[in-house]
Amino acid sequence: MSENVAHPAAFGDAAAIASSVAAGERTASAVVDEHLARIDEHEDAVHAFNTLMADEARAAAAAVDERIAAGETPGRLAGVPVALKDNMCTRGVATTCSSKILEGWKPPYTATVIDRLVAEGAIPVGKTNLDEFAMGSSTENSAFGATKNPYDLDKVPGGSSGGSAAAVAAGFAPVSLGSDTGGSIRQPASLCGVVGVKPTYGAVSRYGLIAFASSLDQIGPFTTSVADAALMYEVIAGDDPMDSTAAPQPALPVSSKLGAGVDGLRVGIITEMAGDVIEGISADVLARLRAAADALAAAGATVDEVSVPSTVYGLPAYYMVAPAEASSNLARFDGVRYGLRADGTNTAAMNTASRTAGFGAEVKRRIMLGTYALSAGYRDAFYGKAQQIRTRITEDFDRAYESFDVLLSPASPSTAFALGDKTADPLTMYLNDVCTIPSNLSGHPAMSVPFGVGDDGLPIGVQVLAPMMGEVVMFQVAAALEQAMASDAASVGGA
Amino acid sequence: MYYTVDRGPDVHEPSIPDDWELVVGLEVHVELSTKTKLFCGCANAFGSEPNTNICPTCLGLPGSLPVMNAAAIESAMRLGRALNCTVSPGVMARKNYTYPDMPKDFQTSQYDKPTNHDGWLDTADGVRINIERAHIEEDTGKSTHVGGDGRISSAQYSLIDYNRAGVPLLEIVSCPDIRTAEEAKAYVSELRGIVLALGVSDAKMEEGSMRVDANVSVRPRGSDELRTRCEIKNINSISSVGRAIQHEAKRHIDLYDSGERPIQETRHWDEEAGRTRPGRSKENEEDYRYFPEPDLTPLVPTEAELAAIDASIPVLPGAQRTALAEAAGIETVDASLIVERGDAGFALDAIAAGADGGRVVVHLNNNLADGVGKLTPESFAALINMETGGDLSSTQTKEVLAEMVETGGAAADIASAKGFEAMDTGELDDMIDELIANNADQWARFCGDDEGDAKKMAGFFTGQIMKATKGQADGKVVAQILNSRKNG
Amino acid sequence: MADTDPQPLSRDEVAHVAKLALLDLTDEEIDLFTVQLGSVIETAHDMNNLDLEGVEATHHPLGLTNVTRDDVVRPSVDRDEVLSQAPEVEEDRFKVPPALGEDS
Ligand SMILES: [Mg+2]
Ligand SMILES: [Zn+2]
Repeated sequence: MSENVAHPAAFGDAAAIASSVAAGERTASAVVDEHLARIDEHEDAVHAFNTLMADEARAAAAAVDERIAAGETPGRLAGVPVALKDNMCTRGVATTCSSKILEGWKPPYTATVIDRLVAEGAIPVGKTNLDEFAMGSSTENSAFGATKNPYDLDKVPGGSSGGSAAAVAAGFAPVSLGSDTGGSIRQPASLCGVVGVKPTYGAVSRYGLIAFASSLDQIGPFTTSVADAALMYEVIAGDDPMDSTAAPQPALPVSSKLGAGVDGLRVGIITEMAGDVIEGISADVLARLRAAADALAAAGATVDEVSVPSTVYGLPAYYMVAPAEASSNLARFDGVRYGLRADGTNTAAMNTASRTAGFGAEVKRRIMLGTYALSAGYRDAFYGKAQQIRTRITEDFDRAYESFDVLLSPASPSTAFALGDKTADPLTMYLNDVCTIPSNLSGHPAMSVPFGVGDDGLPIGVQVLAPMMGEVVMFQVAAALEQAMASDAASVGGA
Repeated sequence: MYYTVDRGPDVHEPSIPDDWELVVGLEVHVELSTKTKLFCGCANAFGSEPNTNICPTCLGLPGSLPVMNAAAIESAMRLGRALNCTVSPGVMARKNYTYPDMPKDFQTSQYDKPTNHDGWLDTADGVRINIERAHIEEDTGKSTHVGGDGRISSAQYSLIDYNRAGVPLLEIVSCPDIRTAEEAKAYVSELRGIVLALGVSDAKMEEGSMRVDANVSVRPRGSDELRTRCEIKNINSISSVGRAIQHEAKRHIDLYDSGERPIQETRHWDEEAGRTRPGRSKENEEDYRYFPEPDLTPLVPTEAELAAIDASIPVLPGAQRTALAEAAGIETVDASLIVERGDAGFALDAIAAGADGGRVVVHLNNNLADGVGKLTPESFAALINMETGGDLSSTQTKEVLAEMVETGGAAADIASAKGFEAMDTGELDDMIDELIANNADQWARFCGDDEGDAKKMAGFFTGQIMKATKGQADGKVVAQILNSRKNG
Repeated sequence: MADTDPQPLSRDEVAHVAKLALLDLTDEEIDLFTVQLGSVIETAHDMNNLDLEGVEATHHPLGLTNVTRDDVVRPSVDRDEVLSQAPEVEEDRFKVPPALGEDS
């Protein structure tokens, strides 16, 4: 067994930190220093960060401490260190998307979600590693080197938000932000044994999130507890005048039913993801899914299987829609206004040279795929069809939600795999997101909750899916799963 | 070749042989004069310091998002309605192509669902040109080519200012209905008149807030084929629209005559050389890979919005021409200059105040080209009545008119200062009383509640007095007396 | 066309798409992408198993319409902060190599 440096909530979870800092029992500065020291100790092994914000974090912590000393309300996340996926803009701090094409770029503005966290007293401690432009499922496609899974440094943390998941699992920060376009929060959450939430499309502002696929991207939190996830959600969610696609409503009160249990709730296991239809989901993952269903049934929920037939077309549809939007979103990286510029005798040659030098192989692959999917003669057959499949998937989900309050599935087909295992064949890598992609296409919320370990002793998450804006019941069920795991651990003597 | 001597700067315009016909469609870009850009709150201003009206959104910075300007949509729909278009739910789309002055390397425009489509406009000459669509899109930044002789081909490098990037445009695409260069000019000037009447743009071709691209092809007269067309860009004035089209058409005809054929391409109008030149060479066929803009929502006008928009549309040039022609008893086409100058309302008011329509038109066309200055419709009418009454010669009238424009004085005063006698007010009192007695109906209307009608009747009484006094009476005094009778 | 008769991706198509995408691929990359993208496209043909006749396309998961802002000027960002990130600047403008010849 190789090295394990995991220590989630090494200095307490966000709720504990915020309340103790607000109460004056700890200073924000002390909290930040503890975390920075832990980062110092293990970051070389994990490589969760592209950029550490140690100085900025200390200054921000001092400011929070001053506010508290002055008797001001420090906010719901007072003194809570937060790690930020490096595809969210931070004014004056490098924002790279783990790409050479943006290396060193300092945005002149900050993403809405980060402003909201900071307004509640949270302290950004660094920008976390990701698959370049969020394209990948292992955080190996980073121009700055792979991130390792804290539970096993020879394994991947999942991706694309692998740095953010690993940062929380390693105890570098109690909470972090990731982005999820096809599973990029839920899959690494599953592999790193932390809670990861993809909110309803539009629930959280995308302003300042460097777009991968605009109609699929959502920002969400990684945390060590469902309650922390709910707290983070309540801070970052809600309408934003800077994002036309943000839902015109305030954050849902997702903390309100965390202790309500699941008595009487109807839980549906997605048939297609429960064994036979979608192949390649490992037996230990399926076993944990069954265990989760049993735990909910034991807690009073009605559990049954339900078919969501078109979800099997999620993967092919996703690999047309997401690259198509990406090919257009990434056109702006042309060497003119920011980022890498390579020489060229005329503008077009300079554009091509810059892009060729700046983008990694997977990004090129997806730009190519998306350009093809939109090009003359193919648009209707590929991009067009894929958008129609989204409608079908949404309809199928909505039909399932007529009979069920939430759905259940695996978050990832397997536990963390070895570094380098799946890099040779892109299609094999793409299969990692088979369980998560459908809810990106439909826009529904979904989250991964840690629910035990696999045969290899590595974490496994269960995915809880809910209807549009159904976050309240989603968190309610997730809290019940968390509770079941806790009492399970207690009954076998605990860890 | 034969040239007439009085054709002004267009003497080099080649003529089109009778057996050929032009097939021309125009794409006109109009910059909407909103306060802010289409997708961000940066000022939509001309002539600012370079790169001062910029933000993450209009610079296309990573992570930025667009939010639609409600005023731009409203302007677009108003212009659409004024062009008799059907206004439908519009969807913004991405038109993917790379150019350094386009920050996102795609233009946010409309593709298969334009806000306005299937309209038409009638030119001043009464020719109807159909309009395919009038869609909303964003402008690009501005490149300056440095080094060499200033032309792109010889430039050493380019400098880009993004102040204009993201300024709202309406692109108005005509059907290929235009058959002569004159029709093309008439179409553009009519469109410009409509835009100005609506106030949605300042439509200055020299500043680029109105830009015309012409798709030109030719065919043997009588055939209905569509031959290879060329798109002419860089046309900077209405007269250049005519010249560029005429030159390009002649180029096509010459090619066909010599057994060659034009190739489909973009060409640039060179004003000084008086010819078109080939534009950017395209290595491969354009493939814009349009798809709906996922960062914006569809624009679905409500019935109430459309009704409010219709109600907000002022009297447009076409209707102004008809009204003026009717009031002045002239041909519609002869009213076009006055309408174009924006003086139609003034002319109609002067006629309503009792002036002879024909003289109103003649003076406005010939003697008031630089504007009406301090003239009011009433004072203008009083002057014309003195002229038509025979008290002033046309030369004297012109002299008095010039001073009125300058000083705003009354015709009678100026005329008397120049040697004419003014009427005695006592005499006027009696004349007005007699007039009232003999025209009881009109008097009742003058005293009635209908403001417009009362104004008309004021014109009637003033006109009668002017006629009777051969224009010697002072219009102001007549108005005073009329009002004193009404109130007394 | 591709929607009726699935065709494997050709090398020429890959080269053409690379040009559209402003990417300069080596011969080896073109070979590799022809195979890799070809297999993704083949999977995409699975979509033809679904009868999608008359099914609307989903472009916006939330189905919002008419999201707009008022026509009110907001302050611009600091020009120097933006220009400081540019590869090359002259006279407060972004400097680029010359465009391809527009004239002949
Ligand atoms: Mg256009
Ligand atoms: Zn702006």
